[in-house]
Amino acid sequence: MDNNYKPNPENLVEVNDLKMYFPIKTGLLSTTPLKAVDGVSFAIKPGETLGLVGESGCGKTTVGRALIRLYKPTDGDVFFDGKRVDDRSIGALRKDMQMVFQDPYSSLNPRMTVEDIIGEPLDVHKLYSSRADRREKILHLMELVGLNAEHATRYAHEFSGGQRQRIGIARALATNPRFIVCDEAVSALDVSIQAQVINMFEDLQQKLGVAYLFIAHDLLVVHHISKRIAVMYLGKMVETADADELNENPMHPYTTSLLSAVPYPDPIVAKSSKRIILEGDVPSPLRMPSGCPFRTRCKYATEQCAAEMPKLTDRGNGHMVACWNK
Amino acid sequence: MAKEAADVNKMPKKNPLSLQIDLQKFEKATDEEKTQAEVMSESTSFFRDGMRKLRRNPLAVFSIIVLIAIILMITVVPAVVPYSYSDIITVNGKRDKSATNMAPFTYSKMEQKYIDEGGKVFPHIMGTDELGRDYFVRVAYGTRISLLVGVFASVIVLIIGVLYGSIAGYFGGKVDLIMMRIVDIIYSLPDLLMIILLSVVLNEVLKFDGNGILARLGTNMISLFIVFGLLYWVGMARLVRGQILTIKQNEYVLAAKVSGARSSRIIRRHILPNCISVIIISAALQIPSAIFTESFLSFISLGVKAPMPSLGSLASAARSGITTYTYKLVFPAVMIGLITLAFNLLGDGLRDAFDPKLRR
Repeated sequence: MDNNYKPNPENLVEVNDLKMYFPIKTGLLSTTPLKAVDGVSFAIKPGETLGLVGESGCGKTTVGRALIRLYKPTDGDVFFDGKRVDDRSIGALRKDMQMVFQDPYSSLNPRMTVEDIIGEPLDVHKLYSSRADRREKILHLMELVGLNAEHATRYAHEFSGGQRQRIGIARALATNPRFIVCDEAVSALDVSIQAQVINMFEDLQQKLGVAYLFIAHDLLVVHHISKRIAVMYLGKMVETADADELNENPMHPYTTSLLSAVPYPDPIVAKSSKRIILEGDVPSPLRMPSGCPFRTRCKYATEQCAAEMPKLTDRGNGHMVACWNK
Repeated sequence: MAKEAADVNKMPKKNPLSLQIDLQKFEKATDEEKTQAEVMSESTSFFRDGMRKLRRNPLAVFSIIVLIAIILMITVVPAVVPYSYSDIITVNGKRDKSATNMAPFTYSKMEQKYIDEGGKVFPHIMGTDELGRDYFVRVAYGTRISLLVGVFASVIVLIIGVLYGSIAGYFGGKVDLIMMRIVDIIYSLPDLLMIILLSVVLNEVLKFDGNGILARLGTNMISLFIVFGLLYWVGMARLVRGQILTIKQNEYVLAAKVSGARSSRIIRRHILPNCISVIIISAALQIPSAIFTESFLSFISLGVKAPMPSLGSLASAARSGITTYTYKLVFPAVMIGLITLAFNLLGDGLRDAFDPKLRR
């Protein structure tokens, strides 16, 4: 933790050198740290969306959870609205930072009605004056996410995946937060439902001015909703840029291979574009390669890559890349 | 294309050579029809849904009926039948020494004489035992004791097991590690040996005077309860811990944490309601096992103190005359079988109806 770090007052959320290690038992008494997140920094302005992409197991979800303090970060600073987020301040900040979860089936308690699920944050923070007021607030939230008022007394198992995700979003909105972590919030949904939910996220952002950290593995989805995109690989951030800039001018070899895997609906374009297929597998986060984590699969890798991890450097217009060769 | 888009309510014409469906045969759904499709079935709570499933399970319904009949029998019989479980039958104020080992629905010489004289004698539905006591009343009392032992023992197991298991499961880490190693140690103790040793020791230590229920049950039963409290809860504790560990992983618990809910609220609102069904099912299945243990202990004469009968001690006493008076073994054995079978089937039915893993 760096006590001298001063956050930029323009940013709503600022993360500096966040590290999250999990101890893994490797022997009878020995433990090895699993470096799920290893030195990640980014910032989100009010009402803005940052997309966070990367393949499974690269630490995207861990970043979101450490940010919202579901995990206690091993090291690094998280600031919300200029205030440091730690065990003491988080209680007061819970109202402003919410989360939408990946699995619409396990994120809703099967024993509670929709009304009680959405009303739980209201109950916890005592945000209503009477039963009627609570009911009115819940119905307003349901309307906001496109649920009918008669659904209030139903149980979660009676809804489809998309509707369940809407319930989860209504719950996240209940405390009127300024920042929501969307942890793969649309990954479990059908493509047509994904579009509905993503458009809803955008509408809500316009109406309520919330900022999102939008975690996903689908670059098309992230590009659609985000202003800026950050690409993660094995717990490290390899590239961040504005969404369009990243799409048109990817610099890091990992980003280019990710972009080449995006399916295009136009068969002519799809045929002409060449897929870059990476060789080998993702290294185990328990035995990270020295230097740049991507060097084992990178065709440009040199000795310098093995020796030292490149820093994120600005290549103009806020396009940051961590690579020696590009 | 643009024309069709302009008038969305008009169906496009079919090309006569096309193999597609003729869209003009279809009608646009009206708004009313569209909302009809959205209407969902009646909302059912988890409990009501489970009860409905339970009612549809014939075996479970049958065992509920059997259990209600048994409970009715043990409450009504001692009040209606004019004999007591501990006293030899008296006819017109005199002890009837000839009324021993009678077959069901027969009368002794004294009773027959009394009936001939115009007196009324309540029939011995299950006959009498070797001391001339009404067997029906004794079986009813024995069932009462066995059920009491079963329910009481499973309540002890329930309380200790749920408390211990939920503490270990919720706090996890080192607390969990130490608590579960203690469970492992207790698991490895031979329970029957413990009951035998404890009842020997308790016989010396505990003295119950008077006519209270504890004194009538005897120290063997007390030690049985103590052993259940000491040893048998470990299964329940493991089960509850496992349940809580899995429920803790669910995202709705994380969501409650993100909402700012405290541990007490999370346990109360999220964790306990989701494992209560498993707890109830396992408690229901614990009852027959306790009854069986009690019957077994009574059978090896470590059970209730005479003259108080239990189903196990009745069966044990009937063993000596098994060839001549078979019915004396049949009645208590059938009762034990009925009770354990009914509770097991009910437990299975409860599991089918309420276990979240078997739903969806």
